[in-house]
Amino acid sequence: MTTAESPWRGVASEDAAEISVAGGVFLRERSRRLLRSLARPHKAALWTVAGAVLLQNAAGMAGPYLIAVGIDDGIPQILAGDGPSTLFIVFGLFMLSAVAQGALRWFFFTRSGYVGQAMLFQLRRRVFNHLQGLSLSFHEKYTSGRVISRLTSDVETIGELLDESLDELVMAVLSIVSIGVILLVLDAPLALVVLLSFPLLLLMFRWFGKNSTLSYRRTRETVALLIVQFAESLGGIRAVQAFRREPRNQEIFEEVADDYKAANRRAWQLIAVFEPGIMLLGNLTIGAVLLYGGYRTISGEIEVGVLVAFLLYLRRFFAPMEDLSVLYNSFQSATAALEKLSGVLEESATVPAPAYPRSLESPQGTVHFDAVRFGYRSDAEAAVVLPRLDLRIPAGQTVALVGATGAGKSTLARLLARFYDPHEGSVTVDGVDVRDLTDADLRRAVVMVTQESFLFSGSVAENIALGSPSASRADIEQAAQAIGAHEFITALPEGYDTDVRKRGGRLSAGQRQLVSFARAFLADPAILILDEATSSLDVPSERLVQRALRTILTDRTALIIAHRLSTVEIADRVLVMSDGRIVEDGAAADLIGGSGAFADLHQAWLDSLV
Amino acid sequence: MSADQPVPAARSFRSLWRLRSYLAPYKGQLLVMGVAALFTVFAELAVPLVSARVIDGPVARGETSGLWALGALAIAFGIGEAVFGFVRRWVQSFCMLDMETQLRNDLYAHLQRLPVAYHDRAQTGQLVTRATSDLTTIRRFLGFGVIFLIVNVMLFAVVTVLLFRLYWPLGLVVALSAIPVVLMTMSFEREYIVASRQCQDLEGDVATVVEESAVGIRIIKALGRRRQIGARFLREARRLRTASLGKVRILAKFWSILDLVPQVLLGVVLLFGALAVSRGDLSLGSLVAFVALVVMLAWPIEAMGWILAIGQESATAADRLYDVFDTEPAVQDTPGARDLAEVRGLLRFEEVSFRFPGSNQNVLSNVDLTIEPGETVALVGATGSGKTALTALVPRLYDVTSGRITIDGVDIRDVTLSSLRRVVATAFEDPTLFSASVRENLALGRIDATDAEIAEAIDIAQAGFVYELPWGLATRIGEQGLSLSGGQRQRLALARAVLGRPRVLVLDDPLSALDVYTEGLVEEALRHVLATTTALVVAHRPSTVLLADRVALLSGGRITAVGTHTELLDTVPAYRQILSAEADFDDDLELPVGASR
Repeated sequence: MTTAESPWRGVASEDAAEISVAGGVFLRERSRRLLRSLARPHKAALWTVAGAVLLQNAAGMAGPYLIAVGIDDGIPQILAGDGPSTLFIVFGLFMLSAVAQGALRWFFFTRSGYVGQAMLFQLRRRVFNHLQGLSLSFHEKYTSGRVISRLTSDVETIGELLDESLDELVMAVLSIVSIGVILLVLDAPLALVVLLSFPLLLLMFRWFGKNSTLSYRRTRETVALLIVQFAESLGGIRAVQAFRREPRNQEIFEEVADDYKAANRRAWQLIAVFEPGIMLLGNLTIGAVLLYGGYRTISGEIEVGVLVAFLLYLRRFFAPMEDLSVLYNSFQSATAALEKLSGVLEESATVPAPAYPRSLESPQGTVHFDAVRFGYRSDAEAAVVLPRLDLRIPAGQTVALVGATGAGKSTLARLLARFYDPHEGSVTVDGVDVRDLTDADLRRAVVMVTQESFLFSGSVAENIALGSPSASRADIEQAAQAIGAHEFITALPEGYDTDVRKRGGRLSAGQRQLVSFARAFLADPAILILDEATSSLDVPSERLVQRALRTILTDRTALIIAHRLSTVEIADRVLVMSDGRIVEDGAAADLIGGSGAFADLHQAWLDSLV
Repeated sequence: MSADQPVPAARSFRSLWRLRSYLAPYKGQLLVMGVAALFTVFAELAVPLVSARVIDGPVARGETSGLWALGALAIAFGIGEAVFGFVRRWVQSFCMLDMETQLRNDLYAHLQRLPVAYHDRAQTGQLVTRATSDLTTIRRFLGFGVIFLIVNVMLFAVVTVLLFRLYWPLGLVVALSAIPVVLMTMSFEREYIVASRQCQDLEGDVATVVEESAVGIRIIKALGRRRQIGARFLREARRLRTASLGKVRILAKFWSILDLVPQVLLGVVLLFGALAVSRGDLSLGSLVAFVALVVMLAWPIEAMGWILAIGQESATAADRLYDVFDTEPAVQDTPGARDLAEVRGLLRFEEVSFRFPGSNQNVLSNVDLTIEPGETVALVGATGSGKTALTALVPRLYDVTSGRITIDGVDIRDVTLSSLRRVVATAFEDPTLFSASVRENLALGRIDATDAEIAEAIDIAQAGFVYELPWGLATRIGEQGLSLSGGQRQRLALARAVLGRPRVLVLDDPLSALDVYTEGLVEEALRHVLATTTALVVAHRPSTVLLADRVALLSGGRITAVGTHTELLDTVPAYRQILSAEADFDDDLELPVGASR
């Protein structure tokens, strides 16, 4: 099956209740690929660590053998009056092996811990960067709660596997193989008894593997839903409390928490059968060996020491088997998480970075829309927002975009900012298709101030500096001064260093808009898009912003969307949009003087001013 | 919240101890699990003893008769070990998950009770990791660690007693080995508790960056700041890696030394045991049994290292949990709070002052304002004058710092929050929407809202566009409603506020994102609602002000003028400055055509 064909590509499987057999194979293969690719850079380290485990195991193996020698040779030697020399040698070697084991174990813990953390770090980094690169259309569907659950809970599940896996895996495989050989050498007939248990063991692993895959997938999905409900409802706590949503939230939360619990319980119950099952098989085998071995000792076919060693080795044979079952469980759980993470990594940006970028060194700001067709859902004909749009904006022009809600104004702006790509046609800046620009070049040329003036927790200064990370404090203050935000900022308890709190909760909507404005001003782009960027400002603040805009916009292209037509005053040109088409285009004064839609709109606006 | 100061170990263990109330309902099950664990361990222990008997008895004597009985006994113990192992896990799958879920539900309930001021500061990522990984850690320790901690200590004691009985000098050696183990453990705990808390806090910090980067994706994209936010994430992820490696180093040291203990013991036992056998003080079979028993001790001692580690981790996780639980909701029902039943809707601010918790600067000072039943008052003021803070006080999202707010003469702090918020409905300047259906978003807490009520609210807010969504009212709108335009979101928020015709309405600039035509329609419909509703409307536009009967001018946190729009326009220059249309076009802006009045 090729990746491209699978219906389970990307995050498609996340909401699926059932996954086909082929789909399951696809998902597991994908997650293993991810795990392998994470491990690849650490190959050398992993071999070293495996070597340490091997040596440690070898040292550990010597233990029972040395004890057998001590009992079978050392004691008879003393009894024979030849002194305890053998015993002392055995003791010395035993201590040596103990210290060696300890040292190797320390080496193993530190090294494998290092590798594990490096892999987790790499995984976090990859998933985070990938998510940030994905288009807005992805993020609109894939809520922040899901993103959080992928990067916390899922990554931690993989961390749990890495924490315990390596030594147990190496040890288990090695112990089982080497002890198997030793047992065969010690006494073949007894060893055959042990081998009889193998087919049953395999059956149990298969049964658990099949069932736990399903239950762990469910666990990952339910924990994501839980985090979604948790994070989103607490993020909007104002509305929750003001509208007494708490009981209903609690109801929903307890429901998803119950689903999560049920998924977990199912997994636990599988373990409850699986792990003791493995244990049972081991114990029955030991019992059989005891009986058969005892019988053979009595009949003189083997020595007592052999039987003792056999019994000791058998413990070391089945204990790793139990470890292996525990490890297999972690592996299954981590695989489910890897399925989700690899799914995210498989999502490709609907707004991809160009393969062969063209550079835009000093953008002038000429904007062309050529036969642009766009809708938010590519499949639905009815959902087309811009049927066919042609527009030419010369460099330096200030264009006001007006029209009723849903006319397509914001969509036009978002296409220019390349939040989305047109289905047909092209958007160019200085003759270069925006699809051919690197993100860095595009953002240097085009900056958009949106309706949502989102602030990050941190100081006011930090939030403004987001516009230009290299800006000095003086630049920041100058930007704030230019758009009239300086006054309110200095009135804050700690001025520019005031923490705006989560989502800028410390500030009012108007203040947040001013900060976003300062941010865009600082970014200093050739093309500035203002999408309803002044809606929450009071009149004096808006006036200040307008005045600042006059200066700011003299040498740049601007696209201004505003319901309040005061903005129109600073525009060179007004575009009136209706149903995704430009219905009027001209200087404000000309349009007002005419009898078109804009003249009506302007009159209505004047009336609203009272 | 992400505490950098070290947490005293004693406090962490106290937090863990406090969790016992959550275990209380499962006493019976815990007992079953403990007993099953004990049986498992002792069955495991019995097998080598039986083996020794086989070797010393039938094998030594060369008779097969006793072999079958003892062999059967060994098998019986083997089956017992598995059965009890199953019982413990099965029971655990019920009670421990129930306990974890209970804790999680309680945490969520408590967080929902905590006031907005708390959530302004709390980082969502920190809260999420508390509700997920911290709880898992705690459950793992309480459901597994504690049991084996007890079982292992008992096992150690029992084995030591058995060893004493077999041959006391060697038994003494084994018993004394407990001393270095305990000493090491104590020093380990001091180090590890700090590292553990640090890692948990950093995990929360990482989650916080993730959350902000996901919610703020539009801004990051609009400004092309992917690299900066990526760098911020990497910084946090690196700190977490460094801290985790610190934890690994502590564990590596502790575990490898701890693992050495049983090995050394075994060597010593072999040496002195063999010498004792050769002196005839000990039988060969006893030595074999002795060795086997000491081997049995290896696992509990090694496991102790792991159990102690998760014990510490769950102690610090419990600490983090109680950081939340111990935060008393600053805004809550006072004892004896009564329901605010039918109200006329007389809203009065009396000498109200307010400052944000933790700040020493008043946002509002001595605000006095009376809004008669059915009256609408517009609140006008420059950016930062305290308008939004004032609106947040009415539904008690924050409590006044001094003074009081009354409805029909009753202090709003003397009535239950739920009844207050039933009477008062708010539309915020940021329309907070959730990823749920349109209907759920409109009804929010009023889940009993009828279809007619919802239709009416949609009508008033001119939000008829919802009917044209693919599944109408059942359409799920994306997180924060970002698939909708600003105007659409604002109308939904308005519809939500007017739903069910509350007695008191608080509207924070409810029409700012609407186009002129829609604004006109909404105003028209809103006027009918406001005619009979007590309302406080924050206004930036003259058109919004005209919805009101009177206007209050807020300046620097004080109400400086109250009157009708025309009165204030005529007599108060500051008001004219803020609201007058003419002021829109001062000297350096050219007058728009036809804007003269």
